[in-house]
Amino acid sequence: MKIVFTTSGENLDAPLDPRFGRARGFLLYDTETGQYEIVDNEQNLNAAQGAGIQAAETVSRLGAGALITGHCGPKAFRALMAGGIQIYNTDVATIAAALEEFQAGRLMSANAADVEGHWA
Amino acid sequence: MDISANLSIAIASGKGGTGKTTVALNLARVYDAPVQLLDCDVEEPNDHLFLKGGFGPEEAVGIPVPEIDPAKCRGCGECSRFCQYHAIAAIGTPPLVFAELCHGCGGCAKVCQNGAIREVDRRVGVVRTLKDGDISLIQGCLDVGVAMAPPLIRAVQSKRNGSLLTILDAPPGTSCPVVATLRRADRAILVTEPTPFGLHDLTLAVETVRALGIPFGVVINRAGIGDDRVLDFCAESGIPILAVIPEDRRIAEVCSRGELIVESLPEYRGVFRDLLEKILTPGALEPV
Ligand code: SF4
Ligand code: SF4
Repeated sequence: MKIVFTTSGENLDAPLDPRFGRARGFLLYDTETGQYEIVDNEQNLNAAQGAGIQAAETVSRLGAGALITGHCGPKAFRALMAGGIQIYNTDVATIAAALEEFQAGRLMSANAADVEGHWA
Repeated sequence: MDISANLSIAIASGKGGTGKTTVALNLARVYDAPVQLLDCDVEEPNDHLFLKGGFGPEEAVGIPVPEIDPAKCRGCGECSRFCQYHAIAAIGTPPLVFAELCHGCGGCAKVCQNGAIREVDRRVGVVRTLKDGDISLIQGCLDVGVAMAPPLIRAVQSKRNGSLLTILDAPPGTSCPVVATLRRADRAILVTEPTPFGLHDLTLAVETVRALGIPFGVVINRAGIGDDRVLDFCAESGIPILAVIPEDRRIAEVCSRGELIVESLPEYRGVFRDLLEKILTPGALEPV
């Protein structure tokens, strides 16, 4: 399975970005191979509206089955659910730590958006 | 008053609370013929609080939002790529519509090659009217939780009778709702306070009206508080000061009671009559 992490960094030691729609970028991790790649989210940083929705489109296009991030607003949540993408919220500091939590089964899949959207 | 009587005059300010609504209402009241007051501050309409009489029946205003027929949709994603407001997410087939972000432009239905999109009405607010003497108030009121002011402002303006003088009470700020209001204005009055914050917001409002090419002038409200920087700025930029309303406790009291200055404090009638005359006289405003 492929997992998307929100981050401003370039590798597994990078910090987990607590925001989803306005995260600087994404790290796409493949649990089968242990390989990863970085995907830009620059276009969304300054979007007036719909940043979360567009970010959800990106995650869906990447073929990810799960998203691990800090917070995700209601519209992005709806879009991710429609795409069959599992959402996991955590406040650990780095991607590596979040991955460890996930693989140890300590992250719970979210079933509600945990922050109000900027335009909600 | 021997002046062109069918103009539309927008009363605007860079931020709220500068006395914009006060100026709009008192200006309408000193005009001695039928006049329309359009309350375009649809997120917080309050002009009716200063007028007598009740509203007539209200009219619901909606915008057309897309509804996708899953049987016809092929999941091509064209609609989503077209929508600049990101109201359609190309996730799955059919894509997901976020009606609350849709501006009702109709574009997605046009780009869909499969005829899968039909438009359904989504209510955004109401337009209501009230008559108090010579003033006909036309007011837009956005539904709670709706962030789609421009279409409602356009609906308010479409009710205007073009043969009468029209005063537009604009929303505060300089974003889309203000531009939607100013677009149909022949002239504008920018209301400001003579403080550093007032100057900052005035500068932004000046940029907006200049970009739209609308002749305008400034009214200084609560003169006496603050400093001379607004005056200096207007002098340097060649912007006419159309009226100066002094800081006066009695004005604040009159407004807090929901009364009009020109009725409760007749000594101020002259200020508003002069202002009206200036704004309606051709050539009195900054050439743009
Ligand atoms: S453009 Fe039409 S067919 Fe294509 S995804 Fe949108 S609704 Fe479906
Ligand atoms: S009508 Fe316009 S704004 Fe609304 S979803 Fe379609 S393209 Fe987007």
